[in-house]
Amino acid sequence: MNFGEVLTQALPLTFLFASPFLFAALGEVFVQRSGVLNLGVEGMMLMGAFCAIYVVAPHGLNQSPLVGLLAAALVGGLMGLAMAVVSVTLQAEQGISGIGFTLFGTGLSSLLFRLLAGGVISAGDHAFQSIKVPVLSGLPIIGNIFSQQNILVYIAFALVPILTWVLNRTRWGLQIRAVGQNPAAADSMGVNVVAVRYATVIFGGVMAGIAGASLSIAATPIFQENMTAGAGFIAVALVYFGAWSPFRVMLGALLFSVANNLQIWAQILNVQIGGAAINSNLLIMVPYILTIAVLVFARQRKRVEPAALTRPFQRGEN
Amino acid sequence: MKRILLVFLLIALLSVDVVSAQSTPFKVAIVLPSTITDLSWSQSMYEGLQAVQKAMGGESAMEIAYTENMFDVTAAEQAMRDYADEGYNLIIAHGTQYGAQMFSVAADYPSISFAWGTATDVGEAQGLKNVFAYQADAEQGAYVEGVIAAMLTKSGTIGIVAPIPAGDALLYNNGFEQGVIATKPDANILLAYTGGFGMTTEATQIAQTQIAAGADVLTGSSQQVVGAIDAIQTARGYWFGTQYDQSGQWPNTVVVSEAYDWVPSLTDMIKSIQGGTLGGTVYTLTLENKGLTFAYGKVELSDAIKAAADQATADIISGKIVVKQDLAEVTPEPALNSTPETTPEATASS
Repeated sequence: MNFGEVLTQALPLTFLFASPFLFAALGEVFVQRSGVLNLGVEGMMLMGAFCAIYVVAPHGLNQSPLVGLLAAALVGGLMGLAMAVVSVTLQAEQGISGIGFTLFGTGLSSLLFRLLAGGVISAGDHAFQSIKVPVLSGLPIIGNIFSQQNILVYIAFALVPILTWVLNRTRWGLQIRAVGQNPAAADSMGVNVVAVRYATVIFGGVMAGIAGASLSIAATPIFQENMTAGAGFIAVALVYFGAWSPFRVMLGALLFSVANNLQIWAQILNVQIGGAAINSNLLIMVPYILTIAVLVFARQRKRVEPAALTRPFQRGEN
Repeated sequence: MKRILLVFLLIALLSVDVVSAQSTPFKVAIVLPSTITDLSWSQSMYEGLQAVQKAMGGESAMEIAYTENMFDVTAAEQAMRDYADEGYNLIIAHGTQYGAQMFSVAADYPSISFAWGTATDVGEAQGLKNVFAYQADAEQGAYVEGVIAAMLTKSGTIGIVAPIPAGDALLYNNGFEQGVIATKPDANILLAYTGGFGMTTEATQIAQTQIAAGADVLTGSSQQVVGAIDAIQTARGYWFGTQYDQSGQWPNTVVVSEAYDWVPSLTDMIKSIQGGTLGGTVYTLTLENKGLTFAYGKVELSDAIKAAADQATADIISGKIVVKQDLAEVTPEPALNSTPETTPEATASS
């Protein structure tokens, strides 16, 4: 296979497997822009993934994928609400409490999986199916991208311009940014800091839940204990990587995903350098090394970091 | 009040005494790298223990304690020490990665038996007499599966969704490749590693990439393969399983699984411990001793395929076919220096 053929096959999977990262990271952009760090994304993804598939699976509640998606969003939102109570109202240390939510979600999703499902469950025909976009799917090389994606992939990428607009052009977006930069000033201007942060953390939870569903009832589509295997943390890293901009977060998710997909191709095609096969362990590391490298070289990061990130707000103290 | 408390305490103490005098169950503890529902490595051993427990007469005769998801080997050592302090009779470290920790605990508790696998080292060098080792000659059953896979593929392209290049996963891959190439020398084998055992999403992505590259038959090991099986089912291809019967969920996709039956090994191990011998034996699952069995799904196989599979099985048992554990011994061409063992001249000179 030549590189063009590989790219034709690799691009659709790149977009498909970038979508869970994108959902989770876009939500986290809003959370962090309001000054809260949510490291519970991983746990919320797992809970979303389990609830979604249990709702749609033939051995579960046997509902349509849309109901599964709503269940995932609801569960993610509830965990977001709990995270908001802990981090905004009770002002607990955000990094630690976020890790706590990840452990909680990992454990609870495993427990529910064992109690309710009893073994590996498949979404079967109730998973989101591929949709072929007319005209676009006929294009050379990139046409493949539009011929085999499920609806959630299109939604994830459509959310990028929408959320950019919300963040930069709406009153709510302005309030979020103000609360993240200088909560005391925002408070004195009459912005309800607590309400804004509750809204963003719950929104982040909803998006993390949907990210889980985009795996369990779309991309994968099965559930296995701890199936996200760190994807939630990669999503948080992508937010830093993308300098808190939805568009750049999308670029980061795509870069990570394409690097990962191409290293898989390098493995299965047994790509050789100087007559020797490349060690698979080195190839597996490529996407991670690339992410770290970009983080190191992205210097403008410090300037745009929300000034109040991880700092709880207490009226009169900040 | 004090007197009443004292009486209660006395009754409590007495009752404990009575219970322990009535029955002393054989206590087994196991440290697992994944979960007891992983459809592979850990589940095969856990269900083996359950079967032995049933055969021995239930929970009153044998107790099973387990700790799952022990990615951290230091934490695994702590778990083993806790079990040793609690007086377990047999402590199983179910993974090659736990070796160093298990040996250090075994040295501190010489009256307790330990077992570990995939391994062959029973600690003789350290002077230990309380360690059993176990392994599966996964390459044997894998070879037979490779024969069937080569006869089933229409595209001639077969994918392997692999965890890491080590342990019985590597033996399995190597055996499978030998079976495929022996049957269909021009077959195209696409191999990719996820870099772990619990990388479900990555394994799914690898499977989908292999399918995009033309594979219509896939195989792979460890608990992460469930998404890969689902992917090949969607593509209407076939899957070959290992470690545990994976056909339950996907009966029309999983052609056959090389299942591990630990029951005979465990039964013998417990008998040996009860007889006073606390270690020293290496248990190996093979086709010959039926530790490796084939669990078929519902895929219709032609008589020619069935005959070829049976022949390969018989030939491995009789020794006519020797499946190599290391691929370097099979295909010397790709290596920079051809392996000396493969040519008679080199063997003679060494």
